[in-house]
Amino acid sequence: MLNKIYDWVDERLDITPIWRDIADHEVPEHVNPAHHFSAFVYCFGGLTFFITVIQILSGMFLTMYYVPDVVNAWKSVYYLQNEVAFGEIVRGMHHWGASLVIVMMFLHTLRVFFTGSYKKPRELNWIVGVGIFCVMLGLGFTGYLLPWDMKAVFATKVGIQIAASVPFIGELIKILLAGDATILGAQTLTRFFAIHVFFLPAVLFALLAAHFIMIRRQGISGPL
Amino acid sequence: MSNNRVSRRQFLNYTLTGVGGFMAAGMLMPMVRFAIDPALQTKAEGQFIQTSQKIDEITDVPVKVDFTFEQVDAWYKSDVTEAAWVYRDGDTVIALSPVCKHLGCTVNWEGDSAHPNQFFCACHAGRYEKSGKNVAGTPPLGPLDEYEVSEKDGFLMLGKKIPNTLV
Repeated sequence: MLNKIYDWVDERLDITPIWRDIADHEVPEHVNPAHHFSAFVYCFGGLTFFITVIQILSGMFLTMYYVPDVVNAWKSVYYLQNEVAFGEIVRGMHHWGASLVIVMMFLHTLRVFFTGSYKKPRELNWIVGVGIFCVMLGLGFTGYLLPWDMKAVFATKVGIQIAASVPFIGELIKILLAGDATILGAQTLTRFFAIHVFFLPAVLFALLAAHFIMIRRQGISGPL
Repeated sequence: MSNNRVSRRQFLNYTLTGVGGFMAAGMLMPMVRFAIDPALQTKAEGQFIQTSQKIDEITDVPVKVDFTFEQVDAWYKSDVTEAAWVYRDGDTVIALSPVCKHLGCTVNWEGDSAHPNQFFCACHAGRYEKSGKNVAGTPPLGPLDEYEVSEKDGFLMLGKKIPNTLV
């Protein structure tokens, strides 16, 4: 049945070359844990991506209940966690996944560093990777405020204070982040929400696409 | 065992699809159940709500009785005011919902001077008889809903909405 549907579409649109180009390629021996167990260090990039997918999915579902508003944000989080079926699990996935993404990304960076994979011709991919690292930290920072509890508010207070210590433009960054010169409140929360669910994910998708296209172009770096 | 030997490729295909499917399901099941929760939540039975309408002041002419109750909408609690059209029919008190059965606008008793003794919906000129029965040829496809009625200390109490029992 599925095969017939596939053949029907393939006959008309010739889709086989598209997915073959993406999925059908050799895994070199030195990155295959079946050959050398130590090659598991090559999995961290894929694991980072896998957890990122979980973050995107669980985040999409969380916005079904969450409201970015100073009066209702905490109540909506409380409601979705305690009253909605599997709310604790879905919020838990997003909460723990956020930390795990950073951990996996760090391990991936270590692997790339110690195998020397950032060297010519892959310097550009290292730079894009650093961009992804910054975006991920931004996602972590903006997402931390959204539950709007005491921990979130004071962490953001500290974070914005740090941003304000930048020479010359610090004050401007602070106002742009908080949405107000003195208050950390309603406008801060909506801003952080918009940055967290629209702006940074958009940048992240672009950077991830560039990261992966470059890997396919250049292939995996050779053995040590 | 049949003669069809499972090739190494087939075996790996099945195993990987199975394991992958299991992992994907384990990931998606909580999220999907989370999303469809509103359709599966069971609401508590409605209680009777006190109105300020005295039972013995109800006549056979429908009057609009407002009543207020606390509505719990997920994390948002608010006082909501709704209304019923209340009149006396012999010994019984009838309370009809003012929500038009066409598209949910609000009907008024004698809302159109051309049609006395009828409920009228201004949105699309839907009409109902006093019993709530929809007038044939006007948009509504069913009769007005009815409220369960009770009494406490001489005041009217309204319960949950039920399908019209008079028609």
